[in-house]
Amino acid sequence: MSEVSMSVNGRTARGVVEGRTMLVDFLREGLGLTGTHVGCDTTQCGACVVHVNGLPMKSCTMLALQCEGADVTTIEGLAANGAPLHPMQAAFREHHALQCGYCTSGMVMMAVDIARRIGEPDEATIREELKGNICRCTGYHHIVEAIAAGAKAMALPQT
Amino acid sequence: MDSRLVPSQPPATPPYGERAGIGDRIPRLEDERYLRGGSRYVSDLIATSRALRVRVLRSPHAHARIVSVDASSARTFPGVVGVLTPDEVMNVGDLPCEWAAPGMAVVPLHPVLARDRTRYVGQPIAAVAAETTHAADDALGAIAVAYDPLPAVADQEVAIKEAAPRLHDAVPGNVAFRFRRTGGDVGRAFADAEIVIRRRLTNSRVSPAPLEGRVVLSDFDPRAGRLTHYTSSQLPHTHARLLGGCIGLPLHKLRLVAPDIGGGFGAKLGFYAEDVLCALLSMRTGRPCAWSEGRGESFLATTHGRDQIQYVELAARRDGRVLGLRGRVIADLGAYALGMGPGVPSINTGISVTGPYDIPHADIEIIGVYTNRTPTGPYRGAGHPEATFLIERLMDDLARELERDPAELRRANFVSSAAMPHRLPTGFTLDSGDYAANLDAALALASYADLRRRQVRLRAEGRYLGIGLATFSASSAASPSIAMGAIGFAMTGHEGARVVVHADGRATVFCGAQSTGQGHATSLAQIAASVLGILPNDIEVVEGDTQVVPLGTGTFNSRSMAVGGSAVYEAAHRIIHKARRIAAYKLQRRPRDLVYEGGVFSVNAHAGATASIAHATKRVVQKVVPLVFKRRSGFELPTMQRAADAVTFAEVAREAHLGHDLPLGMAPGLDETYFFDPKDVVFDYGAHVVLVEVDTDTGHVALLRHVVVDDCGRVINPLLVEGQVHGGAAQGIGQALMEAMVHDGNGEPLVSGFNDYAMPRAADLPLFETGRTEVRTPANPLGARGVGEGATIGATPAVVNAVLDALAPLGVTDISIPMTPMRVWRAIRAARGVSAADVGERESDRSRSTVGLPID
Repeated sequence: MSEVSMSVNGRTARGVVEGRTMLVDFLREGLGLTGTHVGCDTTQCGACVVHVNGLPMKSCTMLALQCEGADVTTIEGLAANGAPLHPMQAAFREHHALQCGYCTSGMVMMAVDIARRIGEPDEATIREELKGNICRCTGYHHIVEAIAAGAKAMALPQT
Repeated sequence: MDSRLVPSQPPATPPYGERAGIGDRIPRLEDERYLRGGSRYVSDLIATSRALRVRVLRSPHAHARIVSVDASSARTFPGVVGVLTPDEVMNVGDLPCEWAAPGMAVVPLHPVLARDRTRYVGQPIAAVAAETTHAADDALGAIAVAYDPLPAVADQEVAIKEAAPRLHDAVPGNVAFRFRRTGGDVGRAFADAEIVIRRRLTNSRVSPAPLEGRVVLSDFDPRAGRLTHYTSSQLPHTHARLLGGCIGLPLHKLRLVAPDIGGGFGAKLGFYAEDVLCALLSMRTGRPCAWSEGRGESFLATTHGRDQIQYVELAARRDGRVLGLRGRVIADLGAYALGMGPGVPSINTGISVTGPYDIPHADIEIIGVYTNRTPTGPYRGAGHPEATFLIERLMDDLARELERDPAELRRANFVSSAAMPHRLPTGFTLDSGDYAANLDAALALASYADLRRRQVRLRAEGRYLGIGLATFSASSAASPSIAMGAIGFAMTGHEGARVVVHADGRATVFCGAQSTGQGHATSLAQIAASVLGILPNDIEVVEGDTQVVPLGTGTFNSRSMAVGGSAVYEAAHRIIHKARRIAAYKLQRRPRDLVYEGGVFSVNAHAGATASIAHATKRVVQKVVPLVFKRRSGFELPTMQRAADAVTFAEVAREAHLGHDLPLGMAPGLDETYFFDPKDVVFDYGAHVVLVEVDTDTGHVALLRHVVVDDCGRVINPLLVEGQVHGGAAQGIGQALMEAMVHDGNGEPLVSGFNDYAMPRAADLPLFETGRTEVRTPANPLGARGVGEGATIGATPAVVNAVLDALAPLGVTDISIPMTPMRVWRAIRAARGVSAADVGERESDRSRSTVGLPID
């Protein structure tokens, strides 16, 4: 067992973990941040995507100990409770981009990253960028529309 | 004092007047919680609990005798709290089969833990509960099982041969059932035929693969003798009943909760061993016990779908009129009759093979067969996609033989709207619909004539564009309850709903349906909102808790709106009926003299002389009550203000709750329950038009356009309907082009996860083009048909027909699904006369089904 310490959603998080403990388990079981999900445990589906030092990472195949000192953002950190939704979250709601919701946090975290990197991607780019995220419910149609709209909203000057 | 109880605290009066009910395109009410990370999936409950973690030891053999199971060492591992082996569950009931095919004499049930034999890879052998998942995994590895491997059979056509290994001693030839449906005089139809199309079609085995696997958290309180069981289920009430039966717990001591469910698609209709194992381990250890299915585990342990081999013949005249259909379908049930497994091919495929067409003569036999593979069960469409694939392939092949346009041929054979209701030759009755108008809408949306012209142009340039059509008609909302026994279905056909209006005029809707992502919290709220005259935001929908919703059925067969929604609709109407009586009492009018609009009961401005006389009489009668009250109690009743000519729903709700001023003899409260049991099934239908281009050098199929026009009757929320259509189509496309659950000839699964099970990703799909026709069914008060499964049913044959249409000039007539690039490329090479050996094709590939072969 080892001690680990990282910043999660802007707050310092410490814990004692086994060497084999994955980041997603530390977030979910250690910190109670259950918005991040595990859909496959083999880095295929992307339900577990969080941001680590600003990059989208699949937390089901990243050891908690690898994140020592890192800056981690999860779906819970996109918008504070009581505050309005992040523009990407709002776009997902507006465009009915979630059905069962299980892939949603990973999709949204990936979408935020896409928008930050690319600005306002076209449909083909969005589809290509989602190659690491599986949704079984939506056929991606509304997700693609939501990401285009969310990216557009993110590009607007923040008031 | 004013007896009208005016709410004082904002926002106690709901904002009335804005229309947001049935038919409105509103975003989902439940989304914000999910989007903020506030989901409550069973795994989320486990993550924050101190539950023991359960792991299940599974058979590595497709067929073997179990000589011994020794868990003595495992029990001593650190952190291990409980272990279950087959010997310890001898007295536990087997997993019941909820849908046996009619006439099934022997029903081999799936044991909770394999007793003396294991019959598929992945069958549970033992279970460990430990303090952590890692500790449970470590102990699992220390359980010693001695197997005596037996010959296995993993192909339903091999399984019915005489020399095949037998799975169940009491089932000769591995034949679970033979179920035959006949109508008309099929022999004469074939004698009269001018053309006969004969095909052997394979409908591949696929996995429903919801992104959330199955997951259980079972918590037994030994002091109270009560079990609280959280499980990812599409059928909470049925599963509570079955679990109670297996472990001997009465239902008033068993609370089953299905919280947020991460997709189901039929996979979570089955009742599985892990539910029983977690409950037993919790009862033994006195601790909560939790099991989460790993992805690789899910491909072994959760029911697969489809898997039929279809020998079929279509008889027609040269003018395109179809006369008859006959055939034999060999359906793989896997190793046991589990859940709804046998009913899916027998009833759902057997009755639906004539599709939306008027085919007067039909003779279809469904043979259910056991093999050494994971049991099959319902998967989105559940038998209907297989039937539709069968008839839609034949219709396209007939059109090609006759050199007729496939749209025109279909239109010429549809059951006409004037001929509804129409009894199918195989049983069941089409309720209503206009198939031709629906197809025409799809053709118009696709610009079909233009597509055909473009196809001709591009063919001249050596490009292979394909246009595929599929139309379908599928029974949904299985009912009425009285008919369920006749088809072997040990469940209800009804659904219950309770609508409770709170003292502030807001409402809670309790329903026995179970959302697994369809958005019932929005759609059922819209239905109740329409009737109650309040906003969907002021309505909370509660499902999936057998303590809170004691009676219910669940979600399958696209039934939630047609049956559950109708129950909500009727219960809400009963609320309004009572509310109107209260309002009338307060306004001293007859109920019929009030109008209810925008959440306000007001007096009809033109009530007429009779109403005025009634009003005057009521004023006199109501003076009697205070007099009698004073004589009996010595108190004065407050003076009733009767001058108002309007009363809001919230005021009525508050009065109903307080009961200070209700009509004589009326029970307080606005709380109504209704069980809706439809008179008959309803048929949803639709048309797909698909455009593909095949790269003949690589065999790659590019899906360029996918048009779907559904008719689901009255639409509750168009946005949610579109979501169902997109997602449904994606799954149908997956089966056509990519997905396959493959075993080798010995029953060894060759799929271990999403790395080798190819589910469509965003880049594999186009934006869908959707449209609707709307013929309301008379079968329920909403006029709603099913919609959740329709797009899956139509998409597979539409895509397959498009690929075959593209390659028709090359002489390609069949490619097994999934139509992977390798298979398409081989078919092209074979059609061009390159020998099978040259293209690396195996002998078995050509002569047999895809079953038993690795996916190309």
